[in-house]
Amino acid sequence: MTTNPGEFVLGEPIADTAAPDGPLAERWTRRRSTGRLVNPANRRRLDVIVVGSGLAGGSAAATLGELGYRVRCYCYQDSPRRAHSIAAQGGINAAKNYRNDGDSVERLFHDTIKGGDFRSRESNVYRLAEVSVEIIDQCVAQGVPFAREYGGLLDTRSFGGAQVSRTFYARGQTGQQLLLGAYQALERQVNAGTVTMHTRHEMLDLIVVDGRARGIVVRDLETGAVTVDLADAVVLASGGYGNVFHLSTNAKGCNVTASWRAHRRGALFANPAFTQIHPTCIPVSGDHQSKLTLMSESLRNDGRVWVPAEAGDTRAPGDIPEDERDYFLERRYPAYGNLVPRDIASRATKAVCDDGRGVGPGGRGVYLDFADALERLGRATVEARYGNLFEMYERITGDDPYQTPMRIYPAVHYTMGGLWVDYDLRSTIPGLFVIGEANFSDHGANRLGASALMQGLADGYFVLPNTIGAYLADGPFPKLTPKHPDVVEARTAVTDQVRRLLTIDGDRSVDSFHRELGRIMWEYCGMERTDAGLRKAIELIRSLREEFWARVKVPGTGAELNQSLERAGRVADFFELAELMCVDALHRTESCGGHFRAESQTPDGEALRDDEHFSYVAAWEHATPPVLHKEELAFEYETPSQRSYS
Amino acid sequence: MKLTLRIWRQKDRDARGRMVAYDVDGLSADMSFLEVLDVLNEQLTTAGDEPVAFDHDCREGICGACGMVINGVAHGPQKLTTACQLHMRHFKDGDTIDVEPWRARAFPVVKDLVVDRSAFDRIIQAGGYISAPTGSAPDAHATPVPKVDADAAFEAAACIGCGACVAACPNGSAMLFTAAKVAHLGTLPQGQPERPSRATSMLAAHDEAGFGGCTNTGECTAVCPKGIPLTVIGSLNHDVLGAAVRGR
Repeated sequence: MTTNPGEFVLGEPIADTAAPDGPLAERWTRRRSTGRLVNPANRRRLDVIVVGSGLAGGSAAATLGELGYRVRCYCYQDSPRRAHSIAAQGGINAAKNYRNDGDSVERLFHDTIKGGDFRSRESNVYRLAEVSVEIIDQCVAQGVPFAREYGGLLDTRSFGGAQVSRTFYARGQTGQQLLLGAYQALERQVNAGTVTMHTRHEMLDLIVVDGRARGIVVRDLETGAVTVDLADAVVLASGGYGNVFHLSTNAKGCNVTASWRAHRRGALFANPAFTQIHPTCIPVSGDHQSKLTLMSESLRNDGRVWVPAEAGDTRAPGDIPEDERDYFLERRYPAYGNLVPRDIASRATKAVCDDGRGVGPGGRGVYLDFADALERLGRATVEARYGNLFEMYERITGDDPYQTPMRIYPAVHYTMGGLWVDYDLRSTIPGLFVIGEANFSDHGANRLGASALMQGLADGYFVLPNTIGAYLADGPFPKLTPKHPDVVEARTAVTDQVRRLLTIDGDRSVDSFHRELGRIMWEYCGMERTDAGLRKAIELIRSLREEFWARVKVPGTGAELNQSLERAGRVADFFELAELMCVDALHRTESCGGHFRAESQTPDGEALRDDEHFSYVAAWEHATPPVLHKEELAFEYETPSQRSYS
Repeated sequence: MKLTLRIWRQKDRDARGRMVAYDVDGLSADMSFLEVLDVLNEQLTTAGDEPVAFDHDCREGICGACGMVINGVAHGPQKLTTACQLHMRHFKDGDTIDVEPWRARAFPVVKDLVVDRSAFDRIIQAGGYISAPTGSAPDAHATPVPKVDADAAFEAAACIGCGACVAACPNGSAMLFTAAKVAHLGTLPQGQPERPSRATSMLAAHDEAGFGGCTNTGECTAVCPKGIPLTVIGSLNHDVLGAAVRGR
């Protein structure tokens, strides 16, 4: 059945998010102290599958193992340590208030709700802010080498969207160090026998029996063997879907398949259109480009963003005098300056480039200049703060940022949308939990810098291990065998798809399709979206998808390491997701956070929210046409206001 | 820019491999080395041949997935740089480049340039951690850590586990990898209680995996993309010796 582009059906609203009521500050404590528990002897009889080994999955698998559950963890990489959390540079937020600069759990809560443009849930966000404090303690105890001051205490820095200094960091490699902490905790449990790790395995379907998530179908990427793993609960920690744009700051392997398969099995997908475009990435250098590299937001602490004041000024940056430069973020947003939230910085960058004032090849870039910082702080200090980032920039571009300003441009970085979960991180399929970037919670329509690491570890170390017990207290669930018809059906669906991809034997590579899909998404569902553009995108996606299934060429066989086959399956799912993203973006005629509808802006070109009609989470049910379930957002403690950073 | 790539092709773990030459044209100096392999694979795929298998993921030099011996040097000619961050401006038009997988007894070749590095995970399992179960931590400021120690720990912790050190070592030793973790954790106050047992257990796992011994040739640190210093091996020796003296 075909539908008109953007067509959807309105379903039942989501009435209950399972959040405790009562005072906001007491909700998490109350949930923890009243939730049902599983006694230690019974935990040994309960099987939990964790898909993904990044900050969320790694920390969850380790912690569930410590609690005594029988855990099996899966990742597509050759080691759990390679999960893409490792690439996070800047830092992790926590409301420690070690600086005595007025920070508190309430303030982090407020900043996150406001930063998310009032499209997230108060209960979840408050808990995140609350738990942030414990995360830092936990990581330090594990030996994470955070940056320290001479007195031996932890150093912090400021990040976008905040006026306090609450971001803890380990040079420009905070994600790496936090992930290695979680990885080491995970390997400790492997050694203890509570966690079994399956590397080079990809989840290709979710097994649902009698309405409960009971296992997964996986493909061994080395041998091609397709097997099933059955359990009492499944935790998805499979990350975000930024690679639907082909070019993004995500690792090449990042994909939506695990989430999408769960969605096809009945899990609602929330706010798919909410994607984050990060303002400071190295610009595209040519058609060969395979990925984009982020330059940490922390650089905006000391770097100043500018373009020539006049369009068409082709002088070298050093030849442009001070009064002929436009430090456009400082000019438009004096209160926050270069540290405005990411969505705002990205759009402002696009605006000056659209204005013809962009720099570098194609005019798609702006300067990030450290000349002032070098003069004020000296080279040694700048090097200590950002040395590895400067080196990375030079390696990629061949330019030395100590001599000439960096050139940066926005790129897809993070996806706020994801599988819908309630307060306890349960999806709409009982027994299926979703954590980290894979779920939609906490960040609303825009994520603040240094909050992804916070959320991944909050979910994995502290939230999920405390909420999963209430579900597992009803287990173990009836024993299943691989011969159960629902299990056989799921496994057969996977082997059929593998066979189908291998037998098309067309004339176009998987990558060529992915690249083309990415261009459509970037053009029409990127930084600025319009009704006409989104409708056009849906038509283009559909026809490209049809072509994919007729013309894709996947060499080799299914019984070996076959990287083309892996990518083909992922791109096939990206096609379906891409259409849903456009439907979501089309139906939300307001602008909010990272979702900018050109039709809905203030006279100054800022995002114009429409709280009267859109103060809800859009949770989509898989169907043709898709069914929209609204979760109305109630603000009891915060008052939605037009965001102002000026 | 045009290049001839001579690449190790091997169907699976048991097959015999061989070097196969491919011409690749239309390259730009701004490409990364892996993007050149992407171009070659696109070319092979449309011609109906099997693309070259290679591990890669983040492509920004931090995940440690990529790794190949380029013209006889692990990760290629540029210092402190992984293969994914190596750009073609370091090569000349018309060059012939040899590309091989890591070669070491403890890293069996899986296919083409892909090797099995699971032995690294087993070394970490043997003790490359601080036992701090979730929820048990005191306040982060309970124990100040001198900045010099924190910085030294960070320097050792920067290891990305790529395995270049093993590929470069004439003995196929993973001592730099193992010692980096021992030094990272052993430099911090939180790592002291398990310090003696950590070093001996990790070293035993290292030997059991089939890695060779260290003879201080220093090839490992020369190719390490993160510049892990050879001195970490001194820390490992110190801890192993200390454990032996204490009988632990």
